[in-house]
Amino acid sequence: MKKQLQITVNGELRQALVEPYYSLLDTLRDEMQLTGTKKGCDEGDCGACTVLLNGKPVCSCLVLAHAAHDAEVITIEGVANGQELHPVQKAFVEHGGLQCGYCTPGIILSTVGFLESGEEPSEENIKHALGGNLCRCTGYTKVIESVLVAVKATNQESEE
Amino acid sequence: MKRFEYLEARTVRQAISMLQRHGENACIVAGSTDFLVRWRAGVWNPDHVINIQRVAGLSRITYSGRNGLRIGALATIRAIEQHAAVRRYYPALAVAAASFAGVQVRNLATVGGNICNASPSGDMIPALLVFGSECKIVGADGERAVALDKFFTGPGQTVLQHGELLTEVRVPVPARNTGSHYIKHSPRGAMDIATVGVASLVSLDGRNGPCAEACIALGAVAPTPIRAYSAEDSLRGQALTQDLLIAAANLARDGVRPIDDIRGSAEHRKEIVGVLTRRTLEQAFNAATSGPLTFNEQRRLTVQAAF
Ligand SMILES: Cc1cc2nc3c(=O)[nH]c(=O)nc-3n(C[C@H](O)[C@H](O)[C@H](O)COP(=O)(O)OP(=O)(O)OC[C@H]3O[C@@H](n4cnc5c(N)ncnc54)[C@H](O)[C@@H]3O)c2cc1C
Ligand code: FES
Ligand code: FES
Repeated sequence: MKKQLQITVNGELRQALVEPYYSLLDTLRDEMQLTGTKKGCDEGDCGACTVLLNGKPVCSCLVLAHAAHDAEVITIEGVANGQELHPVQKAFVEHGGLQCGYCTPGIILSTVGFLESGEEPSEENIKHALGGNLCRCTGYTKVIESVLVAVKATNQESEE
Repeated sequence: MKRFEYLEARTVRQAISMLQRHGENACIVAGSTDFLVRWRAGVWNPDHVINIQRVAGLSRITYSGRNGLRIGALATIRAIEQHAAVRRYYPALAVAAASFAGVQVRNLATVGGNICNASPSGDMIPALLVFGSECKIVGADGERAVALDKFFTGPGQTVLQHGELLTEVRVPVPARNTGSHYIKHSPRGAMDIATVGVASLVSLDGRNGPCAEACIALGAVAPTPIRAYSAEDSLRGQALTQDLLIAAANLARDGVRPIDDIRGSAEHRKEIVGVLTRRTLEQAFNAATSGPLTFNEQRRLTVQAAF
């Protein structure tokens, strides 16, 4: 039986009537029309469905929708500040951190989660943070470069 | 994929009564990372799913020099990886957590789920075994404690009865001059399950003294995670040398009867058991004599050894 749930998505309280077996991913895409979050494998392997759940990167395909009742979720639609891209998004656009773009929303959310976690943003730690995001196009070099650029940009911002 | 009804328990007692009320076709979920994959594949088909994530207090991790480490069943693999006392006193456990899938899975997956799922390759299990961990189990008739090495009865099989929950894992305080390490061998590093996983612990009687305790646990080479008892016995009481560690590793290798599967042949697994037992013993012995490496140094030896 469908049940009502509420989730704060990108700062906005959203309600939906959702089947008990629905995932958070299907709820975001099909019930809330937030299709920026992608479905690659639906089994936790690819990271295309990554969102921040209460501030932490998770695979939304592995979360039962009702388990996220009352939670706060950030999707790719909520990363930019209006028309102003997030420093991570800017870095990826300017440094070729994407090609087809299918993996990109997930990679951006993993990166944002990592930068907000307070872990030292070394190249080694970045690679561990992004190990759960697969990309078929870039070969990852440009992805890691873009994250390093974003780290620099964020550091400069906080120094100013 | 069979449709199911979704329930949430707020207390352990409520979860137990829900399990009793809905019978054998009800199942517990915590992080749901194993559950959703199996359900979508049509392997698990419950009528009722009881989510225990909102049970208060079960995700706590505490450490004290008296009681040791207490890990609530709902503690995530990520929380274990990042916990300061785990990194300091139980390095094999911290690096096992770091070798486990990607961050997005580690933020969901729980230690209770990893143990109750009872996969022979569960990454947390060998590391918990070498520290002599114990499981706290609660059922309708009260609670009981079962040593982790008595918990598994077969692949996916445990001593848990329907209506019982694992609520906590208790890990004793390691002796002074103890070192430990875990290595996971898998073709895709952390992102695949282990072809072989080995944890070792070495305690010395005084910094340069003889071996007071040795524990070796092996994953993915038997129907359940197992201890390499004869290899352990060969080390206890001895003044450790490189030759003794190699001989113990060979005993561990010769004692296993792994199977062929998609991730490796039996013969390959056997060889890997020898190599990883030696490497984890060396690492544990070095840490026992000279103190542990930093977390990042250990992580390099754990995950990179896989490639
Ligand atoms: C992409 C991906 C990668 C993975 N990589 C790894 C890996 O590298 N290493 C590894 O070891 N595992 C891995 N796993 C498997 C899985 O993530 C782990 O086994 C995880 O720890 C399960 O925890 P959970 O909380 O998600 O369990 P759930 O899926 O919620 O439950 C698993 C089982 O345990 C039972 N259960 C859970 N908690 C309790 C409890 N407290 N009491 C009684 N029964 C309980 C459930 O009924 C169910 O049968 C991976 C899974 C995925 C999807
Ligand atoms: S769609 Fe969730 S990890 Fe691939
Ligand atoms: S840019 Fe195409 S999958 Fe990553």
